[in-house]
Amino acid sequence: MIKLRLDKLGKVFGSGPNAVEALQDIAIDVREGEFAVVVGPSGCGKSTLLNIVAGLEEGTTGQALINGRRIQGPGADRGMVFQSYTLFPWLTVRKNVEFGLRIKGLPSAERKRIARRYLKLVGLEEFDHALPKSLSGGMKQRTAIARVLANSPDMLLMDEPFGALDAQTRLQLQDLLLDVWRKERATVLFITHDIDEAILLADTIHIMSRRPGRIIKSIPVAIPRPRDHRTTLFPEFTAIKKDIMEMLWAELR
Amino acid sequence: MVVPACIRRWAPGTGLTLFSFLALFLLWCLLAYSGTVKELFLPRPHKVLLSFGEMHREGILWQYTWDSTYRVMVGWAMAVVMAVPLGMLIATSRRGAALFQPLMEFARYLPVVALVPLTLLYFGIGDLQKFMVIFLGTFFQLVLMVADTTANVPRDLSRAAATLGANQAQIYRLVLIPGALPGIMDDLRITIGWAWTYLVVAELVAANSGLGYMILRAQRFLAIERIFAGLIIIGLLGLATDWLFKWLTRVSVPWSEKVGT
Repeated sequence: MIKLRLDKLGKVFGSGPNAVEALQDIAIDVREGEFAVVVGPSGCGKSTLLNIVAGLEEGTTGQALINGRRIQGPGADRGMVFQSYTLFPWLTVRKNVEFGLRIKGLPSAERKRIARRYLKLVGLEEFDHALPKSLSGGMKQRTAIARVLANSPDMLLMDEPFGALDAQTRLQLQDLLLDVWRKERATVLFITHDIDEAILLADTIHIMSRRPGRIIKSIPVAIPRPRDHRTTLFPEFTAIKKDIMEMLWAELR
Repeated sequence: MVVPACIRRWAPGTGLTLFSFLALFLLWCLLAYSGTVKELFLPRPHKVLLSFGEMHREGILWQYTWDSTYRVMVGWAMAVVMAVPLGMLIATSRRGAALFQPLMEFARYLPVVALVPLTLLYFGIGDLQKFMVIFLGTFFQLVLMVADTTANVPRDLSRAAATLGANQAQIYRLVLIPGALPGIMDDLRITIGWAWTYLVVAELVAANSGLGYMILRAQRFLAIERIFAGLIIIGLLGLATDWLFKWLTRVSVPWSEKVGT
């Protein structure tokens, strides 16, 4: 079943001589339960693409459909994890995770139970009373993942969520995300410029060109799961990486 | 000897603070008692101290201090009550910004001192006129400061809230207001300092009580020790207000990075 369909999606910022075409003819289908990754050079419009799916921006042409319906504005069905740290600094870790549930009007005991469960899932059950300012970058992003999952969204949108982390923490969180995804079976649309990250996580990789962003190619990643950071040493991993790098190099020349 | 934790924590900073005040005081003593500066221009410290006693006996020390504090509080509170919502509106609504922002920017460049004659004409010489001078001096600036503070709440926080299901009203209540609060506390602390400045301006022109009035009258009688006494009172009240705000900030926004872990 198709969860997300982007059909001839285009986006132009501004108008007249100052118009900048950010996206051109984007066609992507994401199946239910699929981990889809969009990879492309910086400035290619991949964040714009994700913002349109989140409902934070609107496409100029074509359409974006979730469960067959046009996307209109942001909603709890499409939870997003940002590259910047977006925990509410005045709320404790647990209250942050409960944020969406509070908006849904769930009773406090129920909220607490769900928040506990997801904090445990990301390994932060000990930190439920901590304030964000006392957390490391990796812990903040783990909390942000728990916060989105606790809301049980239809689809998980991730905009380079590990981009601001150091290399070791990034590896840890990639493994954690694979583990969480295996348990939760969420539909994910993940944006990155890191080719290794894309191959490690994805069922399907959509490779984007430079601005205006187009999908150059969509390639399935058939490496068996469960995967973890050791997967990056497999010969089939290297083969896919070589293909993608050649495509991106050709694009950058 | 066991030193309580709070004192140990405060000690290094407090020592330097006391030193800075003591140094200023000693310099004053040196210049005044040695006769380097004539008494007409710089009163001797003990005379200032005596003038406090004198004013107390005359019954004006506490009366005038209270009158001035009251005027500052009311005038400033009027500005705060109107400026905070308006500033947040300007920061969050394009139409609100178009409607009010240029107007505020225009008004904030009008020198309050030049508006004092108008306030006398419109509001007489009572407390209302003092409130209005303080209001005019702080309101327009505060609106723009609050707008700036609110605009500085990271946009991704509001966006994250939206993707968690929050509507506009909830984003306002659950994200923008708490997010802007530490900055707004700073804005309030800064503008209440200005309120004291404008109070003295208002009282210098037309008043029959208050610290500004006392300073003006002391000048006429060349009672320089009273001018100093008035300045010291205003300075101490300002210092106390600042401490109060810092304490309030610690209590109301303990999560802020500014407060420390």
